[in-house]
Amino acid sequence: MSTATTNAAPSRGWYKRNEIAITPWLFLLPAMVFFAYYVIYPICESFRISFYDWDGLGEATYVGTANYERLLFDDRKFNVSFLNNIKWLILYLLAIPLGLFISLFLNQTVRGIRLYKSLFFFPFVISQVVVGLVFSWFYLPKEGLLNAILAYFGSDGVNILGDPSLATYGIIAAGLWPQTAYCMILYLTGLNAVDPEQVEAARLDGAKGHKMLWYVILPQLKPATFIAFVVTIIGALRSFDFIAVMTNGGPFGSTRVLSFYMFEESLSEFGFRMGYGAAIAVVLFFIMLIFITYFLWSMYQDEKGAR
Amino acid sequence: MFPTPIAKTSRQWQISYQIILPIVLIIWLLPLIAVAVFSMKPDADFTNGNYWGWPSSFELFTNYGKVFFESNMPRYLMNSFFITVPTVIGAVALSCMAGFALGIYRFRGNLLIFFMFIAGNFVPFQILMVPVRDLTINMGLYDTVTGLVLFHIAFQTGFCTLFMRNFIRALPFPLVEAARVEGIAEWRIFLYVVLPLMKPALAALAVLIFTFIWNDYFWAVVLTQGPSAQPVTAGITEFNSQYRAAYHLMSAGSIVAALPPVAMFFLMQKHFIAGLTLGAVK
Repeated sequence: MSTATTNAAPSRGWYKRNEIAITPWLFLLPAMVFFAYYVIYPICESFRISFYDWDGLGEATYVGTANYERLLFDDRKFNVSFLNNIKWLILYLLAIPLGLFISLFLNQTVRGIRLYKSLFFFPFVISQVVVGLVFSWFYLPKEGLLNAILAYFGSDGVNILGDPSLATYGIIAAGLWPQTAYCMILYLTGLNAVDPEQVEAARLDGAKGHKMLWYVILPQLKPATFIAFVVTIIGALRSFDFIAVMTNGGPFGSTRVLSFYMFEESLSEFGFRMGYGAAIAVVLFFIMLIFITYFLWSMYQDEKGAR
Repeated sequence: MFPTPIAKTSRQWQISYQIILPIVLIIWLLPLIAVAVFSMKPDADFTNGNYWGWPSSFELFTNYGKVFFESNMPRYLMNSFFITVPTVIGAVALSCMAGFALGIYRFRGNLLIFFMFIAGNFVPFQILMVPVRDLTINMGLYDTVTGLVLFHIAFQTGFCTLFMRNFIRALPFPLVEAARVEGIAEWRIFLYVVLPLMKPALAALAVLIFTFIWNDYFWAVVLTQGPSAQPVTAGITEFNSQYRAAYHLMSAGSIVAALPPVAMFFLMQKHFIAGLTLGAVK
């Protein structure tokens, strides 16, 4: 008994003395171990693999920057994918004004408006795979609802997903549906918190309509806009599910984006070119990094302001 | 309030607003309504080319019965549950602790670690794909539910920690100080002071992560390949090739696959939206 207490006392004393310094690290440990193993290490490993020629099974041969040279200067598929990524980025941002528009339309107090709001938000909750399927049926040349409607107005049918010049836009439209719903809910929350006194004061000064929106409301919605921008950019660059489900990259590879092309190179029936795939992933990573840096910088400014 | 409350506008506009509202909603949900209608139609309507006319009969039970009793769908749904639920528990538990550490304590590297979690959360999946697949294969977890769960926990921890840390930061810090003055051990402060205050955050995160993981497709395709472990998002493509061009069955299958997160959303709406719009209001 006495030996136990003499043994325990100094160790407890040491822990007690350093409790505030040690506790955070103990609490962080599990999360950091998981994160390092499954996120940090794989990122570094992808960088390394991108310098190799590797089929995922046999020996990897070091090829220096050959993967990148081929990718950037001699790969038509990469060019198409990259261009499509830019289309996605630009057009996906339409979700922000669209979401704002719908939220302004719905920001009223009438009977059942809560239900309306949740039903408008509905598309975001459904998995992108299902949204993709739903839209690919919607677009079907013979059976689809879109062409049924067009025919009603006397127009010829269009085969959106079968036309290389239209397919990407068709997929982006499908993607905009849930994304707009997300932006809408962000703005609805933002509008809820708009200072009514400022609005009243501006009304007394004769501000209304778009002037009121631009000079009084939008500045107050800035945090919502920032988040809408972040999630939309990330969503645009992550677009994979829609493409895989709706066109599988076709027709004639016209709807590939980098995230899909990378998957195709490394894991599809065309063979396991892990090294080349990793190089594509690294390029995509650097594109994303531009935005990540901007987001983190903005958040850092906030943190500095908070302390 | 902006725009001008409807009650303060002309009677005409009030009425037209009430009329426009359901019309806009129907247009907005049109693709979904189409699928719901499809899922109730009999096979004959599709062979006869009656795609958009009134269904010749309502075959709700036949169609959904086929989905549940003549396909792998129940198996995929089970897999999805066994992937989603442990991931939610694991990611929320890890991030509670990490968020507590980052939100309460001041130490060197605090902000750096916090930003590392945020940055990792934004990274494109593709840069993780090849190594994560290798890690999973090497651990003998390829094509298992466990393999997916472990990865999902790790990746979602980034977002969850961001969420938890900001939530804890907003709690009244004097509570923690008071507990320290009382001489309460730090881990007890976590358990008995902070954790009870985090209930709304826990609920919000749980529903969000449930939806995210349930709807995941990319990692399901990368880390699994058959009905033994694939979740419903990946299974639906196999289901669709089984019933190629049988739109009534494919529609019913899609609705079944989409339903659990939808139910979750309607049951926990308040928490769900609170989670999604975190930071949208300062």
